[in-house]
Amino acid sequence: MQIEVKFAGFGGQGILSAGKFLAEAGLHEGKEVVWIPSYGPEMRGGTAYCTVVVSDHAIGSPVINNPAHLIAMNRPSLEKFAPTVKPKGIIIVNCSLIPITSNRTDVTEVLVPCNQVAIELGNPKGANMVALGAYAACSKVVALDVLEAIVRHEFEKKPAFIDENIAALRRGAEIAVEKVESLR
Amino acid sequence: MRAGAIHYFAYPITPQTEVAEYLARRMPEVGGVFLQAESEVAASNMIFGAASAGVRVFTTSSSPGISLMSEAMSYIAAAELPAVFVNIVRNGPGLGGILPSQGDYFQATRGGGHGDYRLLVLAPSSVQETVEHVMLAFDLADKYRNPVMVLGDGLIGQMMEPVDFSSVPTPHPPDKSSWATTGCKSRKPYLIKTLFLDPQQSEEHNRKLAAKYDEMRKHEVRFEKYNIDNDCKVVIVAFGTAARVCKTAVDELKRNGLRVGLFRPISLFPFPYEPLHEISETGTVHALLVVEMNTGQMIDDVRLAVADRKPIAFYGRQGGMVPSPEEVLGEIHQLI
Amino acid sequence: MASNLIFQCPDSMTDAITHYCPGCTHGIIHRLVAETLDELGLRERTVGVAPVGCSVLAYNYFNCDFLEAAHGRAPAFATGLKRARPDLIVFTYQGDGDLASIGTAEIIHAANRGEKFTTIFVNNAIYGMTGGQMAPTTLPGQVTTTSPFGRDVQTCGYPIRVRELLSALRTPAYIARVAVHTPRHVIEAKKAVRKAFQYQVQGRCFSLVEVLSTCPTNWGMTPIESTQWVQDNMVPYFPLGELKVPEEE
Ligand SMILES: Cc1ncc(C[n+]2csc(CCOP(=O)(O)OP(=O)(O)O)c2C)c(N)n1
Ligand code: SF4
Repeated sequence: MQIEVKFAGFGGQGILSAGKFLAEAGLHEGKEVVWIPSYGPEMRGGTAYCTVVVSDHAIGSPVINNPAHLIAMNRPSLEKFAPTVKPKGIIIVNCSLIPITSNRTDVTEVLVPCNQVAIELGNPKGANMVALGAYAACSKVVALDVLEAIVRHEFEKKPAFIDENIAALRRGAEIAVEKVESLR
Repeated sequence: MRAGAIHYFAYPITPQTEVAEYLARRMPEVGGVFLQAESEVAASNMIFGAASAGVRVFTTSSSPGISLMSEAMSYIAAAELPAVFVNIVRNGPGLGGILPSQGDYFQATRGGGHGDYRLLVLAPSSVQETVEHVMLAFDLADKYRNPVMVLGDGLIGQMMEPVDFSSVPTPHPPDKSSWATTGCKSRKPYLIKTLFLDPQQSEEHNRKLAAKYDEMRKHEVRFEKYNIDNDCKVVIVAFGTAARVCKTAVDELKRNGLRVGLFRPISLFPFPYEPLHEISETGTVHALLVVEMNTGQMIDDVRLAVADRKPIAFYGRQGGMVPSPEEVLGEIHQLI
Repeated sequence: MASNLIFQCPDSMTDAITHYCPGCTHGIIHRLVAETLDELGLRERTVGVAPVGCSVLAYNYFNCDFLEAAHGRAPAFATGLKRARPDLIVFTYQGDGDLASIGTAEIIHAANRGEKFTTIFVNNAIYGMTGGQMAPTTLPGQVTTTSPFGRDVQTCGYPIRVRELLSALRTPAYIARVAVHTPRHVIEAKKAVRKAFQYQVQGRCFSLVEVLSTCPTNWGMTPIESTQWVQDNMVPYFPLGELKVPEEE
């Protein structure tokens, strides 16, 4: 089994670090992982995305044109990448910033108001974590408690961030579970 | 650093500046040297100087920077000093861009700098292998007293993968007291030089270097065979990131019952001519497909290996585009 | 009601939206050069030379002929161009990594030969494009990604004052340092840029204007904080003003 997921948004949304957490969680679960950033001359404000591949076997091509899953944090990312998602895939849409949907009927599309939830939790920078939690709950690519352990580890030196980020992960997961239930 | 190399001189350039940024922090912790030079010309000549002192020394850069380092590489090869250069290739020519490419194959394997010299060139295709190659590069540089290049690309330079250090053998820096210029206390002075005005001496020196390159050709050929067996119909030849993409294509073809194998040169100099020749001679092989992230450079070496006895097709992407497994499959289907 | 046009894009600039980060003063400096070209009527015989750095894309914003040099080599490019066509107005636009690190030899020799072109030298005390590494003009103690513990003058030396260094050359030249972090400074800067081009038009000498600039992104500051940082930290180390003016004939 191999799952490819693309995290996309604009620079400063914590796209690359959310992807990194996922990759580390995969690694922690004994899977093969690759994390590939987009990189370009725009220091800020440009689009940023990363691809994470989590697999049971050695990963061949790290170049993924058609990911299984997509987490779109802003509108240009959804417009650009939603058509590339494999059929039966998952798309997480940050509906706080994206007023549209992908118009695809062959994927599971879950709308999560990431920014709004993050603001409600008093952690406006935690929208990426809300999205990550939602994604983990929908896809089950990695277990939520493993992600939490990774967050604890990553923020070891800044303990103030641990609880708020874990809260964001959990809230994201809850919302996603509710939405997926309601889709059934 | 695990290779005992704690001297590093470099100049920032995307897509590998992270190495310098990491070492800026780490080197002081282990009592090593991190120095940001004013240019790649300077950085590479600092390498030259430090190598003369017998320490393990290295730099990392990317294509335009490597061009500027070519001068020093020529001198270091001529002076027979060990040094490691890592080139995280980006798309060129000129300023080009900062995305992955394999456009520096000729530059790496055919010299780059002036004069009749060779670099030993290793081409990893994963982060794990990059670590192993860097370790190996120091040993080979010391063994042959010659610059060694690790040739990656922007993708290998930027992606993250798990690395298992426990499987990487610990290198052993040899004793360099027979040539390192560290002060002539209780011995006769040593001289490290590259000027040979006397044609006889110069020819002798060239032949000595050539003999060394022959030794490398005998002992340092490295390659990987993937899914190559006796009934292969088509053999793909690719290195580095392109090879990795091709592996996915080969797996896919295998699932569909098509017999296609991958030959991956790991040492680009010395190039694995003979092993590739043997494979191409297998009766069932009716064509080869070379896949590169350039307009066709390694294909020259593949032609030398195959010696016109089998048709060779080429598929390349340029400008920072990485071929996809689907594209490679398309090419294969045309050949089968 | 008749309306008066009081502000518009200089002819020497294009309408393109720049890629510079919010609060970056590269854009202001571009405008000063463009206004000067307009005012002196030089646009159609000017060729700009872009460096490698954040301003590598300057050619998208200037509405005149442009070329892109290799990293640090712009003064050599400009020399070749100007020697081949002395009637052209040639300027290089270079960052501190480009001019004061990898291209030190080229700028010193161009200035020393008295090449009749103009250099706009943008000093933001850091490498912008590659993501915030130490520059030759990084201030003592300043933290960058390659001086994570702050610039140590014991191992990296003191920041190079390019204006002072080049002014020490005997060959006549116009060399000044300006800043653009307040409106008053922008007005002063404009005067210096204008003079620099005028000396070139007269065929008098090499001219260089060093402009203290901001890099909020890599300094890790807001735009407002970064203008304050220029005032508090850069101006004291890099004093403003003309240092070298060709003698009156
Ligand atoms: C030979 C070579 N080495 C390194 C680079 C990478 N590089 C691009 S821009 C740059 C420095 C930019 O800094 P600066 O000149 O201060 O301009 P800024 O971006 O701050 O405006 C470097 C090192 C390159 N393009 N070519
Ligand atoms: S990185 Fe710095 S110099 Fe470059 S555009 Fe942004 S603020 Fe300006």
